[in-house]
Amino acid sequence: MDGTDIVVSAALTIITAATPLVFAALGELVVEKSGVLNLGVEGMMVVGAIMAFATGVTTENAFLAILVGALSGALVGGLFGFLVLVLLSNQVATGLALTIFGIGLSALVGHGFVGVTFAGVPSLYIPLLTDIPIIGTILFGQDLMVYMSVAFAIGIGWFLKSTRAGLILRAVGENHDAAHAIGYPVIRVRFMAVLFGGAMAGLGGAYLSLVYTPLWVENMTAGRGWIALALVVFAAWRPGRAFFGAYLFGGITIIQLHVQGVGWAIPSQLLSMLPYLVTIIVLVVISRDSGKQRLSAPASLGKIFYAAS
Amino acid sequence: MIRIEARPEAAANMVYAAPVIAVTLTMIAGIVLFMIMGQSPGVALYTFFVEPVSTFDGVTELLVKATPLTLIGVGLSVGFRANVWNIGAEGQLTIGALAGGAVALYFYEMEGFYILPLMVLASIAGGMAWAAIPAFLRSKFNANEILTSLMLTYVGLLVLSYLIHGPMKDPDGQGFPESRLFSDSALFPVLIEDYRLHMGWLFALAAVAAVWVLFSRHVIGFQIRVIGMAPRAAAFAGFEEKKLVWLSFMIAGAASGVAGLSEVAGPLGQIVPSISPGYGFTAIIVAFLGRLHPLGILMAALLMALSYLGGENAQISLNMPNAVTGVFQGMLLFFLLGSDVLIKYRLRFGR
Repeated sequence: MDGTDIVVSAALTIITAATPLVFAALGELVVEKSGVLNLGVEGMMVVGAIMAFATGVTTENAFLAILVGALSGALVGGLFGFLVLVLLSNQVATGLALTIFGIGLSALVGHGFVGVTFAGVPSLYIPLLTDIPIIGTILFGQDLMVYMSVAFAIGIGWFLKSTRAGLILRAVGENHDAAHAIGYPVIRVRFMAVLFGGAMAGLGGAYLSLVYTPLWVENMTAGRGWIALALVVFAAWRPGRAFFGAYLFGGITIIQLHVQGVGWAIPSQLLSMLPYLVTIIVLVVISRDSGKQRLSAPASLGKIFYAAS
Repeated sequence: MIRIEARPEAAANMVYAAPVIAVTLTMIAGIVLFMIMGQSPGVALYTFFVEPVSTFDGVTELLVKATPLTLIGVGLSVGFRANVWNIGAEGQLTIGALAGGAVALYFYEMEGFYILPLMVLASIAGGMAWAAIPAFLRSKFNANEILTSLMLTYVGLLVLSYLIHGPMKDPDGQGFPESRLFSDSALFPVLIEDYRLHMGWLFALAAVAAVWVLFSRHVIGFQIRVIGMAPRAAAFAGFEEKKLVWLSFMIAGAASGVAGLSEVAGPLGQIVPSISPGYGFTAIIVAFLGRLHPLGILMAALLMALSYLGGENAQISLNMPNAVTGVFQGMLLFFLLGSDVLIKYRLRFGR
């Protein structure tokens, strides 16, 4: 393998590893911006993964599979939304419940799909452009979902910063009582944010089972939903930084693969610990300055909203 | 149209009614689930919830399964009351099992009354050490303990995988990733001859009693309750939050460590690649279902243990995937959290 091949393969690995995190982290970012803390990202991802995979294998239609992944993520997200927004349950506990439920449900549905493979999601091919050495494949030869993730990162940044709806969403997340007093529908805004977050987590899961592996393995998200949650904190609730953070984490997987490729005698388990350890270190570094974190976090995050009148 | 209206005072009876409502709703949802899966609901429910405990053997097995759930459940309840969210009990269980198991393997083929106490101490130390990391990171650097404790669970499982494929592997085991079988001196004695129910159950009962005393009789238990219900009042009263964070994690770590040991020195008798079928996570449900009260947790642990037994039984006799257990547990927690709305609010029908 010569130099350019290594660069291309490294870049491709980073992109594939980062894309599911981009989806999940961006979705959760919007949810948290609306003031809701959904710890069930892992559960929504894994449900999205199996539903997309099952659809893909059954219908052999990649687009339908992606769509079903997003919808099923939104559906279980809606379950969470109903509990915390309508029945006013504790957000931390309900998020945990969503993860436990999602892992169980996906294992049940996925029972018949173990050992099956999926053909994959078609990649973009533009004559000439895709054929450019190195950057051709990296920029113009990715699958549809990678471009979607980039579009979402830009779109969400624009939505939150420059649209009226984004402003309302942020207002609800900063001070739900004030937002309610002005007449904004707090619950409805939050419910839509939660559904969107669920759909995004579902897309992240769909990417894992349709592109990354492409297989169904029980519990295959392996903590990525939780890493996405950490990424939101790392990103200080800014979409651009969340995107960057996801690619940083994608980069860690490169180290993992290359050390194994070079043939160093480091047990694979120790290398597999890297993403989790890095998440912890990142959290520590970010959280050390508690005052700063309080400034960037949405002020109503995790608080229960009950309209007395 | 149904509206939710705040009660002037929290309804105490609903605190206890909610779990009953939740279990009932889970049963109803279970019937629907079984019908979707093409099973006769009556047969499935019987296989799941009655048949496993219809024999004395089944009852002892129920207690075997309830042992780790009770231990971890009461351990976690301390922190949950103080709003300390340790969800990494699975990792603390794993490291505790490894530490206790390491002692067992070190004294391989030796006899001695001192081996078991050393194993118990080692498992407590192991679980506490693993729990100390998120406690330290939270109290020193303000790092979110939910995320750190969960990340450490994945790391802990990888430590297990590394050790069992390397240093702890049975040298005569033909390459299987399993440790040597523990010697008799390193196994928890069984409570009844010919059954698997072992000493760990007594530890679980002791933990229930200890935490009950802590909450009802000790000032620290009082402080924990206050900090959970009214953090600002607790701050004004001068309760040290960091101390309670540490205490919560240490209690949960110790309990989870012993729970791990009670698996490897109990029914397993050796260290295997998968020590627990997610007891550390199920114990979270147990703690909530038991209303964070030690006696409630004991009952909830029995119910959850039944769901494990039922899942296994349904797999064997009805050929249903074992994952049904996870769905049941998740649904139960959902319904419970939903029913809890009735404690502080009431439902009003009509306009």
